[in-house]
Amino acid sequence: MRTITLGALPAEGGTRKRVVTVGGETAMPFMRFEGEIPNPPVVAIEIKDRKPEDWSPLLIETWEDVIDDPAKWAAAAEAAGADLIVLALSLPNRNGEPTTPDEAVASVKAVLSATGLPLIVFGPGQAEADNTLLVAVSEATKGERLALGICEDKNYRTIVATAMANGHLVTARTPMDVNLAKQLNILISDMGLPLDRILMDPTTGALGYGIEYGFSVMERLRLAALQGDKMTQLPMIVTPGFEAWKAKESKVGEGVPKAWGDWLNRAINWETLTAMTLVESGADIVVLRHPESLKRVKSAIDELMAAKAFVS
Amino acid sequence: MALSGIQIYKLLPQTNCKECGFPTCLAFAMKLAAKQVELSACPYVSEESKAQLEESSAPPIRLITLKSDGYEVKAGNEVVMYRHEKTFYNKPGLFVKIKTSAPEGDVKTLAQRIQEYRVNYVGIELEVDGIAVEDDANNPERMKATINAVRSMSKKPLMLFSRSASSLEAGLPQLSGETPLIGCADSENWEKYAELAKQSKTALAVIADSVDGLAELTEKAKSKGVEDLVLVPEGKNLGHELILQTQIRRLALKANYRAVGYPTLVFCQNQAQMAQSIAKYAGFIVIDQFAEELIYPLLVLRQNIYTDPQKPIQVQPGLYEINNPQPTDPVLVTTNFSITYFSVANEVEGSGLPAHLLVADAEGMSVLTAWAAGKFDAERIAKAVKAANLDEKMTRKRLVLPGAVAVLSGEVEAELPGWEIRVGPREAVDIPKFYKQVLLVN
Ligand code: B12
Ligand code: SF4
Repeated sequence: MRTITLGALPAEGGTRKRVVTVGGETAMPFMRFEGEIPNPPVVAIEIKDRKPEDWSPLLIETWEDVIDDPAKWAAAAEAAGADLIVLALSLPNRNGEPTTPDEAVASVKAVLSATGLPLIVFGPGQAEADNTLLVAVSEATKGERLALGICEDKNYRTIVATAMANGHLVTARTPMDVNLAKQLNILISDMGLPLDRILMDPTTGALGYGIEYGFSVMERLRLAALQGDKMTQLPMIVTPGFEAWKAKESKVGEGVPKAWGDWLNRAINWETLTAMTLVESGADIVVLRHPESLKRVKSAIDELMAAKAFVS
Repeated sequence: MALSGIQIYKLLPQTNCKECGFPTCLAFAMKLAAKQVELSACPYVSEESKAQLEESSAPPIRLITLKSDGYEVKAGNEVVMYRHEKTFYNKPGLFVKIKTSAPEGDVKTLAQRIQEYRVNYVGIELEVDGIAVEDDANNPERMKATINAVRSMSKKPLMLFSRSASSLEAGLPQLSGETPLIGCADSENWEKYAELAKQSKTALAVIADSVDGLAELTEKAKSKGVEDLVLVPEGKNLGHELILQTQIRRLALKANYRAVGYPTLVFCQNQAQMAQSIAKYAGFIVIDQFAEELIYPLLVLRQNIYTDPQKPIQVQPGLYEINNPQPTDPVLVTTNFSITYFSVANEVEGSGLPAHLLVADAEGMSVLTAWAAGKFDAERIAKAVKAANLDEKMTRKRLVLPGAVAVLSGEVEAELPGWEIRVGPREAVDIPKFYKQVLLVN
């Protein structure tokens, strides 16, 4: 697997206090007895540029004090132990109007000054808005080695071009299919972006909502990479937080079967189990939403990486 | 390792007597290799060949069945490292630990909760498989009393764990007629434990912190006549455990190393370990906490990972009536992917509002997957409406599309003259609200 570094230190033309390096594995996940696992998987916390409207009330409550201020939210995520931050831009701004490029840049800058961690910026997920907002963000943060996303087969050219021009990375998402993932990586690298600046996002489903497809496609991608297929050797990013918190199990507290148990713990378990299953199948970056899941997943990763001591 | 046709042929009498129903011994050997006939069809195989052939046709990971009155749990018989290569077969049995130091009242309450726990996931009833009694009091009397307390509330299969054989000896008579599992046998106590397992015909768990250590123990237990073995690889941490599990599965499948060709068991303390054990090769999982909010996601994860990747779980396409709908009530259309169907059906049912749920044949795909694959379009939806004869059945023709495929509404309108086409919410959770605020209003 290739090694990819997110974020740039002042000496490298950025302002980050820390950079994050992922990838470089030469074996299946954590199989340290037969290969190198030089970099542990990392955990990102997803924040928004404004209070999200459709998030589970549990998350809103958790981040209550910071949820309408991306800078404070980022600082809180860093304090909670995140390795990096994902800032997902919203389509409408606080006033219900389309977020402007200036607003997007202001949010990104605020986050960059509030935290020393590397940053990934996702557009709102609509081609036109993604392109205008991400281009502005990319230009205003030249040299920071952000990762910009989400590139999909229908919309990647503008994002790749601006990432290339401003020293950033991109994340490339395809719908759970080895060949589609390869194809998009080829298209992006054909534009001239080096492979060590592409993170691939093979997409996942939440626990109970298609996780098995995500699990298997990641295993297949990693196997293909280890067999020497260059276009699958890119570190993988997945968004279990987004998926798990969309599930009814996490979103709804009332009128659900008694057998589902306590709401908050169920929701955190939902996110933790989704994320851990993906870490087991080869995720290099998992993007989460709740600080407690972050804590659990990080401590599990520490334990998974500690195996070396016992392997001869 | 399975033998090839030629290797099998060499073990047959090679007389071509045809009594097996095949023209030659070679033809019969080929069928045997393909597992299409039984070896017993040839009356002339020597005992020696028979033993060899049976040994080679034994599954690389032995099937272990724990039984009690009315229940059984199976583990083993797996054939692949990765589920996409074929599928995983026997879901890891989920056991909840009950300690002998606990007061009898607590034991009973917990056993009852375990016995009664049932949760519906996409139409499948999921349950906990059994109870693991741990003799932490190290007291034969407590063992016996705890088993009796458990059995007064639950009939599910049991595992008995103790550091002393005498506790097991005291407990086992309470379980006559059942096949529990006992453990854990280690390098010091193995002999007694193996004898006990042999006498009482239970499965035996062996514990060691290395593959070699486990193999040594299974060989020893086997020499005492115990065949039903379960491995407990005692990892020093999560990573070590993952490596041991992987090595065991690999040696069993790829090297046909019989000494570790048994299902494994993991004692889990946290969610990460539970997720890992389900994803990576455990045959049994013992957890030491019972909380609905944990059991439910674990059972779902297990169900997901053990789904056959070749066949998405589907429901029958057709018309489903929920809450006694009248011909004036709305028709909601969805796909026949189980998860999709049940997300919608559960919401409608829970709301108490009447609706006709029209399930289109989308080859078992979710709404957006099917839409992207061209299996859920205006034409298919119209076909489903016709097949269910809704033009005649409905006096008010109102069809609600999933919000995710709002783009289809124009085409559906064109396909279905006389129908009001409505676009519903994106997520099923919002259906009741949509129903009340939009459908009931006009
Ligand atoms: C699992 C999955 C797969 C699995 C298939 C699983 C299956 N049996 O369907 C696999 C890996 C096979 C797959 C394949 C493909 N997939 Co796919 N897949 C997914 C994934 C991850 C989850 C889908 C899922 O199961 N959701 C859960 C179910 C319950 O959701 P649902 O059916 O939509 O139902 C919900 C709502 O719609 C609503 N609802 C349902 N019915 C109704 C009815 C009414 C009236 C109302 C009001 C509401 C309602 O309620 C439900 C719960 O809220 C999604 C991405 C994602 N994370 O969502 C992509 C996704 C659906 N796939 C996508 C694509 C493109 C594909 C492929 C075409 C890729 C390809 N070219 O090969 C193939 C197509 C298959 C083929 N050619 O055979 C895209 C679709 C893009 C788009 N917007 O068009 C998605 C969105 C991924 C993406 N972002 O690109 N996929
Ligand atoms: S019955 Fe046995 S010996 Fe006779 S042909 Fe068949 S395999 Fe050969």
